[in-house]
Amino acid sequence: MLAIVSVLVVSAAAIAGDRELVPFEIVDGGIPDPLTDLAGDPVIGKQVVTNAANATCLICHPMPIPEHPDHGNLAPPLNGVGSRYSAAELRLRIVDAKVLNPDTIMPSYYRLSGFTRVSEEHLGQTVYSAQDVEDAIAYLMTLTDG
Amino acid sequence: MLAAPLAPAATFAQGWAAERYQVEDRKSGYLYLGDQTQALQDDDFLNHAFFAVERGAELWSAVDGAAGVSCASCHGDAAESMRGVTARLPRYDSERDGIINLELLINRERERKLKAEPYAYESEDLLALTAFLAFQSRGIPSEVEIGGAAAPFFEKGREHYFPRRGQLDLSCTQCHDERDGMMLRGDRMSQGQTNGFPFYRLSWHSMGSTHRMFAWCNNAMRAEPYAPASEEYLNLELYVAWRGRGLPIEAPAVRR
Repeated sequence: MLAIVSVLVVSAAAIAGDRELVPFEIVDGGIPDPLTDLAGDPVIGKQVVTNAANATCLICHPMPIPEHPDHGNLAPPLNGVGSRYSAAELRLRIVDAKVLNPDTIMPSYYRLSGFTRVSEEHLGQTVYSAQDVEDAIAYLMTLTDG
Repeated sequence: MLAAPLAPAATFAQGWAAERYQVEDRKSGYLYLGDQTQALQDDDFLNHAFFAVERGAELWSAVDGAAGVSCASCHGDAAESMRGVTARLPRYDSERDGIINLELLINRERERKLKAEPYAYESEDLLALTAFLAFQSRGIPSEVEIGGAAAPFFEKGREHYFPRRGQLDLSCTQCHDERDGMMLRGDRMSQGQTNGFPFYRLSWHSMGSTHRMFAWCNNAMRAEPYAPASEEYLNLELYVAWRGRGLPIEAPAVRR
């Protein structure tokens, strides 16, 4: 019984994001320090960024993963992002790209305040958990030489 | 299997020239569809929405409620009496001191004239009757009144359209004005025009109203939707109808 409960909790948390932000510092257009102690995993990160149930990058960005159909094109291709940006720069762009450009349509994946009329289901939560952010960065850093 | 085309006074979409789907920079959602989906709308025998139109025609003439009358008892042949009505909706209504749309007008008539219960918003019967009535205006350019008493409500609708909403923090205009034609996953973003409503949405396998579509968009932004028939959606419906001014009514449309 306990095992079942903990599995449910873990899977819910994977979609729900965080309810409290871990502190982070923005330095020179990036967030140099990882949000978590556990190093990002590129394999899990690929699952995170392609998760259709949680605001996948593919809604807006073309990506070099032809096994997933129907990539959006509202936003620049992510091919080669690992060459164009450092992990610190990617971290800030995922956490809150509006720090760099208030007019961007890129959602803030790790922010809790400053929104209007967030649905009850998502209220008080980040899109990604801190670990999701780190896993996503680890995967995106493998997309080199676009 | 096939729904019979009804109301010979209405113009059939089949064979419309491409320019009828665009007025100045305002483009019908039809122009953003793939060939196969366009073909479904082009042929009233293939268009799933005609099951709703057919049902709506039955409801129009069906006696319902304590007064023992039907819509047709007073309004007669809808092809004549209702031609053009939908093209001028929604509109200001002094009794509500607010905006009224086709759905709410039908329900008010049901309560007052038929002495019948109002239909639930988004019910199959209300979608059927709105589809039937909107179809009577097919081909007539949409032209809603935004001046006079409607002006403050129009302004509220306009003010609803531009702010960002929800956890994903997006506004109507960022997608429907600034990025129409681009791909949102597998869907081509349209301008969000409403001249085809109520419509048959393939991904829903059902008919839908403008207010259901507004709520769908809000949910996609992870924003709390408003209730169907809320003042917010009625005002937005007026603004969005004005945004598409001049586009001929093409209800019932088919969309992805």
